[in-house]
Amino acid sequence: MNRYPLWKNLLIGIVLLWGLIYTLPNFYGEVPAVQVSSGKATLKLDASATLKRVEESLAASGLQHDGLFADLNSVRIRFHDTDTQLKAKDVVEKAFNPDASDPSYVVALNLLSASPQWLTSIHALPMYLGLDLRGGVHFLLQVDMKGAVTKRLDATTGDLRTLLRDKNVRHIGISREGQTVVVRFRDTENQARAKAVITANTNDLQLVEGQDGADFKLTASLTPLAQKTIQEFAIKQNISTLHNRINELGVAEPVIQQQGLDRIVVQLPGVQDVAKAKDILGRTATLEIRMVDDTPGALEAAMTGSVPPGTELYNERGGRPLLVKKQVVLTGERLTDAQPGFDGQTHEPAVHLTLDAAGARIFKDVTRENVNKRMAILLIEKGKGEVVTAPVIRGEIGGGRVQISGRMSSEEATDTALLLRAGSLAAPMEIIEERTIGPSLGADNISKGFHSTLWGFIAIAVFMCLYYMLFGFVSVIALASNLLLLVALLSLLQATLTLPGIAAIALTLGMAIDANVLINERIREELRNGSSPQAAIHAGYDRAFDTILDSNVTTLIAGIALLVFGSGPVRGFAVVHCLGILTSMFSAILVSRGLVNLIYGKKRKLEKLAIGQVWKPGV
Amino acid sequence: MEFFRIHKDIPFMKHALVFNVISLLTFLLAVFFLATKGLHFSVEFTGGTLMEVSYSEPPALEKLRDALAKEGYQDAQVQNFGSARDVLIRLPNRDGVETGKVSEKVIASLGAIEGPKPELRRVEFVGPQVGKELASDGAMALLLVIGGIVLYLAMRFEWRFAVSAIIANLHDVIIILGFFALFQWEFSLPVLAATLAVLGYSVNESVVVFDRVRETFKKKRGLTTPQVLDHAITSTISRTIITHGSTQIMVLSMLVFGGETLFYFSLALTIGICFGIYSSVLVASPLVMWLGVSREQFMQPKKEKQEAVV
Repeated sequence: MNRYPLWKNLLIGIVLLWGLIYTLPNFYGEVPAVQVSSGKATLKLDASATLKRVEESLAASGLQHDGLFADLNSVRIRFHDTDTQLKAKDVVEKAFNPDASDPSYVVALNLLSASPQWLTSIHALPMYLGLDLRGGVHFLLQVDMKGAVTKRLDATTGDLRTLLRDKNVRHIGISREGQTVVVRFRDTENQARAKAVITANTNDLQLVEGQDGADFKLTASLTPLAQKTIQEFAIKQNISTLHNRINELGVAEPVIQQQGLDRIVVQLPGVQDVAKAKDILGRTATLEIRMVDDTPGALEAAMTGSVPPGTELYNERGGRPLLVKKQVVLTGERLTDAQPGFDGQTHEPAVHLTLDAAGARIFKDVTRENVNKRMAILLIEKGKGEVVTAPVIRGEIGGGRVQISGRMSSEEATDTALLLRAGSLAAPMEIIEERTIGPSLGADNISKGFHSTLWGFIAIAVFMCLYYMLFGFVSVIALASNLLLLVALLSLLQATLTLPGIAAIALTLGMAIDANVLINERIREELRNGSSPQAAIHAGYDRAFDTILDSNVTTLIAGIALLVFGSGPVRGFAVVHCLGILTSMFSAILVSRGLVNLIYGKKRKLEKLAIGQVWKPGV
Repeated sequence: MEFFRIHKDIPFMKHALVFNVISLLTFLLAVFFLATKGLHFSVEFTGGTLMEVSYSEPPALEKLRDALAKEGYQDAQVQNFGSARDVLIRLPNRDGVETGKVSEKVIASLGAIEGPKPELRRVEFVGPQVGKELASDGAMALLLVIGGIVLYLAMRFEWRFAVSAIIANLHDVIIILGFFALFQWEFSLPVLAATLAVLGYSVNESVVVFDRVRETFKKKRGLTTPQVLDHAITSTISRTIITHGSTQIMVLSMLVFGGETLFYFSLALTIGICFGIYSSVLVASPLVMWLGVSREQFMQPKKEKQEAVV
């Protein structure tokens, strides 16, 4: 009666074997590696060609590598020791970036799992360690969505003005008021025409007619759908901008993810230079192109304190004052790229800008109408503007390719290009959470977590073996297989393992033994009541099952609640906790029963069970 | 080996009132401390900056404080952490200051002090927005746990069991919080996780006893309700002690080897486990009794409808 059918034994065996295979990569440790990835948003990495180039350059300098790997965005080369790694980095750097001032590729040092190829090919990877275990920087960035919408409305104000002028609709003023744009008219005729024109040209605006004293007005606000699109676009654009900026840092495996509606998580493992990382991330800047107001006398008036309406006073980078119109011609959204380079004819250093189609059209119009006037490119950081550059428009510029040159050093060109690119963030961001963990603390945390689990496990194992003898040993094997399956599952899912996660592993083990204690106590009880050994095993497992199920479900409910509402450390705890409850159900019931069946199942005349002393009242 | 050699069922229910009064007193005490002292929330909840720096030799904390005060951080808390060479610095959030830059300024001003140079071990900065969300998320998680457990127990057992189990175990949670308030231990996110895990875990305990109660009601006739409860508790007590002992071994191991980060986490678990045994066995069972549990509730409902004449 205490025998499992063959398929059940096989199932247990296969699951355990699977667990073993997927746990394996965690034992191999890491080896030094070099990672090559694209350094420019416009440059797509061609994996096979890159592999070939890397191999050739390494062979040319006689360096041995331990394997090449390619994924979607990068190519990684494993090396035997750090010495070769460093040499190889230089070699590859030279091969891929002949012009050090304008690197197209990012070549960075990295660590790769040392597990053999066949494991990697079945996606058996080591557990993904969280920042608190490997060291690094974690940022949570909040995207200012209101800012994104406001900015779009400012641009809309300009668009409407152009539109109404093109269609010859007379109005007496367009302005943004809070989250709406208000257009005023003298009569209803123009109001009606404007409404028709605007509705025909855009679906993004909701129009409400109204009256303001003697004037008629149209209040335009963004439709909920348009707002949603803007916000989604804003966060996507910010994420891709962050990707590019972080590439400049050369981080091995950065994590840049959206969290919730308006937040971005950035994790940079291994980065210790927080200041630099923050500097690059924290440039929460937006770019605006506006016209310079060069009405004679206006600047002088502004200097004395009476800034003409519709303009703002800024300082150029050199320190000279500049009067800039408030109306935004173009924003950073329209800018797709900015690169330093050289003027084709004069060979002077220059910055090359690329605009998208809509931006190019606007830019063409603006430059045609403003030849020989100056435009200012402003970088707005947290409400404060800074003039990056204020070039003179030499002629009409079409096609969206813009070159800014003259009186610039090559270094300045590089800086300006970087600033312009940095400015193409769609909406301002703010760091609302930061966590930095030094590499030594990470290593400490791993060893602390490991030791507490290890010693706890040993203590439980010793006690169980002493108290329940052979059944205790079976329980310990079940508990060990629980640990094995849990680690395998975590490795397979690549769930992030954090210190609270390790605590959850320990706690789950401590709680999982409950099921085996329940079973063993039940078996003893059955023996005490006079059952035969075989019947006692059968009844013990059978009766304990309901209790085990109920108690695990209630624990799971708590775990899921933590998973749903937890963030950061709590989530790390909850993931492992929930998975651990599931694996413990399997191992405590199936694995331990399977073992007991193997040991006792075939013995027909079983007199005694090695479950420790069974005390009977009155004996 | 067999620790528990019990001849007769222990008459727990005779002393039910005593257990509940003890329980009520501890509970009121916990509430009192929570109300008067409040919880010492970690940076994660309050917002602010927390920095851990380590020195090659013990620094003079006074010097560090002075250096920080000079930079304008008079409200900085500077204290040793773990060893004399490790220093923990806490800075509250302030309006108008660019909070994201605080850690760099602090490390720069610490580096300017003569003597050993600091090594940055850890920085945690939490903006004011995040803290509020954490509190509300924690409350939501608690509600979800309570709702889920009550619903499940009501389905599997009976509403009386569900209600008594949740009352008994919520009182554990309050007592854990009471301890954290009394000793002003730091209440951080891992502690919150531990507290909620304890809730799930000690309901476990009640479930095991209730399971036995149900079984005894079905199998043994002629016992009064208190006798049934006594029997159920007595026959599971060995398992209760051994299971909790094993879990406690693990938690103890974390308490000893886990370092500062896991210390309060395992402390919360320890309190939770100790009070969990007490409350889920000695508080939940009397509550079930007083709520009027009886054999009839577990018997198959008689098919009375058959008598109807159509």
